[in-house]
Amino acid sequence: MKKSVFLGALTVAGVIAGGAAAATLDEVKARGKLNCGVTTGLVGFAAPDANGNWDGFDVGVCRAVAAAVLGDPAAVEFVPTTGKTRFTALASGEIDMLARNTTWTFSRDVDLKFTFVGVNYYDGQGFMVPKELGVSSATELDGATVCIQTGTTTELNLADYFRSNNISYEPVPIETNAEAQQQYLAGACDVYTTDASGLAATRATFENPGDHVLLPEIVSKEPLGPLVRHGDNEWGDIVRWTLNALVTAEELGVTSANIGDMSSAPGNNPEINRLLGTEGSLGEMLGVSADWAKNAIAAGGNYGELFEKNIGENTPIGLARGLNAQWTNGGLIYSPPFR
Amino acid sequence: MTTLTDPPKESFRLSMLIYDTRYRSATIQVVALIGFLLLIGWLISNTAANLANLGKPIDFGFLGEPAGYDINQRLIEYNSQSSHWRAAIVGLLNTLVVAVLGCITATVLGVIIGVLRLSNNWIVSRIMTVYVEMFRNVPVLLWIVFVMAILIETLPAPRAFRGDDATASMVFSESVAVTNRGVYIPEPLFSRGLGDIPVFGNSFEISLDLIAILIVLGAGIWGSTVVRKRADRIQAATGDRPTTWYLRLGLVLVPLAILLFALGFHLGYPALKGFNFQGGTHLRNSLIALWLALSLYTAAFIAEIVRAGIMAISKGQTEAAGALGLRPNRIMSLVVLPQALRVIIPPLISNYLNLTKNSSLAIAVGYMDITGTLMGITLNQTGRELETVLMGMLVYLAISLSISAVMNWYNNRVKLVER
Repeated sequence: MKKSVFLGALTVAGVIAGGAAAATLDEVKARGKLNCGVTTGLVGFAAPDANGNWDGFDVGVCRAVAAAVLGDPAAVEFVPTTGKTRFTALASGEIDMLARNTTWTFSRDVDLKFTFVGVNYYDGQGFMVPKELGVSSATELDGATVCIQTGTTTELNLADYFRSNNISYEPVPIETNAEAQQQYLAGACDVYTTDASGLAATRATFENPGDHVLLPEIVSKEPLGPLVRHGDNEWGDIVRWTLNALVTAEELGVTSANIGDMSSAPGNNPEINRLLGTEGSLGEMLGVSADWAKNAIAAGGNYGELFEKNIGENTPIGLARGLNAQWTNGGLIYSPPFR
Repeated sequence: MTTLTDPPKESFRLSMLIYDTRYRSATIQVVALIGFLLLIGWLISNTAANLANLGKPIDFGFLGEPAGYDINQRLIEYNSQSSHWRAAIVGLLNTLVVAVLGCITATVLGVIIGVLRLSNNWIVSRIMTVYVEMFRNVPVLLWIVFVMAILIETLPAPRAFRGDDATASMVFSESVAVTNRGVYIPEPLFSRGLGDIPVFGNSFEISLDLIAILIVLGAGIWGSTVVRKRADRIQAATGDRPTTWYLRLGLVLVPLAILLFALGFHLGYPALKGFNFQGGTHLRNSLIALWLALSLYTAAFIAEIVRAGIMAISKGQTEAAGALGLRPNRIMSLVVLPQALRVIIPPLISNYLNLTKNSSLAIAVGYMDITGTLMGITLNQTGRELETVLMGMLVYLAISLSISAVMNWYNNRVKLVER
C-alpha cells in the first residue's frame, strides 16, 4: 500500500514536471486554442454571462492574446481556477497563461517560478461591512469575524494588518467568491475582505448594494496582472507585449472603432504604424503575424475601452480609473515604447 | 550383487530457468522484482530531474519558515508568526478531533439505527430504511455542504441577539448561544489551576489540571473495578451479590468532586461582546457541519453492518434465550450483540478509515484540517506541491494504520476462540 501511494504521487509529479518543457507558442498554435486561467466567477473581471460566454476585464486580456497569436478572439478555452488551484494549474501546463486578478509578489515571481508580464490593474485590499454595523474604520474591527478566500495574498495581509494594529479577529476561510458572498450575506461573517475592485464587483451583484460600505482603509498594494511560467521567454514576451499593445493603443488613441481605418494604410504617426504592422516587422520578431496587435486591439478594444466596458464608472461595478489611468492623466498605466 | 549407479547428473543449463518447473516461479518473481524496482527508479529519477529543470528541487526547508496566516480553530498555541510545521500540526489535531468525534457518533447512531431497522414495529423499521438509503446514496460532500448551508441560513447571526428588540435569545438559562457562526457553550475554568507544563522543548503545553483530573478519574475507575471483582467472587462463592453500585459510583465521583472543588472549578459563560460572543467554548459551524454530516453518512453504512451482523446470528439463539425467560432488550445485549460483534468489527474498521479519509473534504466548509493547512494554504503560499502532498499522504497513512492496529487488537480480543 505504501508503495502504490508513493508511485501514484510520483506519477502525478512526473506529469506535472513534464508538461513545462515544450515551447508554449507552438503548443497553442498546434492546439488552435489558448488555455487561459480565470476566476471561478467575479463579475466585471471574469464571469460567464447568461449564454455561457465568458466576459470581463481579465477575459479581455485572454481574448487579446488569443487574437494576437491565433487571429481569433474566440479561440480561448477558459479554465476556471480558485485561489488555491491557479498556480498548480499554470505550473503543470494545464493553462498557458493566468489572467485571474493575481497579485505580483516577490515570492510568486522568484520562488514559485512565474513571470508576471505586467500589471493590468493596480489594486489594494479593502474591507466591506454591512452599513447597519456602524463601523467606519477597519481599526474598529476588533473581535470581528472575517470571511477570506484561502490561498491569496489577502490572507497574509489580513494577518499582518490585524497583528500590527494589535486587534483580534476570527478568520473564516472559504474557497470561492460565491461562497464568501453567501456567508457574508447570511451574517456568518461581519466583514468580507479581498481586493477593493473585487469587493466593488461583488457588491454590485447584491440585491441592495447600498446596504454595504467599503471601509476607507486600503491595507496593501495589490498589483494584479497576467502571468506565465518561468522558462519560456518567447511566450512571456507575447503576453507582455499584447498587454502593452492594449495600453499603447489607448495612449495613442487607437480604438476598436478607428482601428480599421488606421491599419489599412500607414498613417502619420510612426509608432502607430509599427504597432499595427503597417511599418517595420515587430510581429515577425515576436514570432506572430504582422497584424497581431491590430487583432488584439480589435478583439475587445484598447485598455481604456476594456476598462470602461467591464468595470468602469458606467457599469454596476463603477470603478474610477484612479491609479489605473494612463500616465499622461496622472495614473500608473504606462507601456514601454514600440520601437 | 548388484551395482547401483547414480542416475546421470544433469548439468544446469540456462534454459532450465524457464522450462524447469523447479526454477520457473523463482525466475518469474526475480524478473518481476527487477522490473518493479526499475520502474520506481525511473519514476524517482524522472521526477527529480524534471523538478530540477523547473528549478524546484525537493526541499523541506519551508516547514521552518513563518506561516503568515491565521487559523481559527487551534488546539495548541498558534499565531501567524508560527512556522508552517506548526500550522500542519494544528491541522493534524483538527483532523483527529473531527475523526474521533465522527467515529464515536457514527458508531452510536449506526448501532441504534441498525437495531431499529430490524424492529418488529413496521413504521420504525421503514423510517430507518429510508434513513439508510437516503444517506448512503448521496455523496458525502453534498451532505457536508447541505448541513453547512442549513446552519448558516437558518440560525440567527450574533447581532440578532443584541438590543432590546432582539430576535434571538440564548437557551438553557442563558448559557448556550446557537448562532450561524457556531454554538457557544460554557467552558470549564479553574480559579486555582495548577498551570501548564511544556513538553517537547516548549513546543506544546499540557494542562496539569487535565492530567490531575484524568489520574483521579482513572484511579476511581480502577477502585470501582476492584469492588466489582470482589462482588463477582462473593457471588461465585455464595450466590448472593452484594449491592455495590453506590460504593462504585462514590469511588469515581467523590474524589473527582473534591479535586474539582480544590481546583476552584467554575463555568465560564459566553456573552455577547462587540461583534461576537466572547468567553465559553466556541464550536464552529464548520466543525459541527463536518462532524454531523460525516457521522450521519457513515452511520448509514454502520447500520447496515450491524444489521448484517445481527442477522448472521441464527434465530435459534434468540429463541433459546427467549425460552430461558430473557426479555428482548437483554437478549439483544447479552446474547445476540456479543456474537454479532465478531462479524461487525472487520467491516467497521474500514468505515472508520473511510470517515477519517472523508474528513479531508473539510475545506468545503472552511474547516482547517491537515488538508486545509498543510496541503492547502501552505502548499499555495510556498508552491511546494510534491513535498506537502507527500507529507499529507504519509499523515493519512499513519492515522489509518493506527486505527487499523487498534481495531485489529480489539477484534482479536472479541473474536471466537477456536479450539
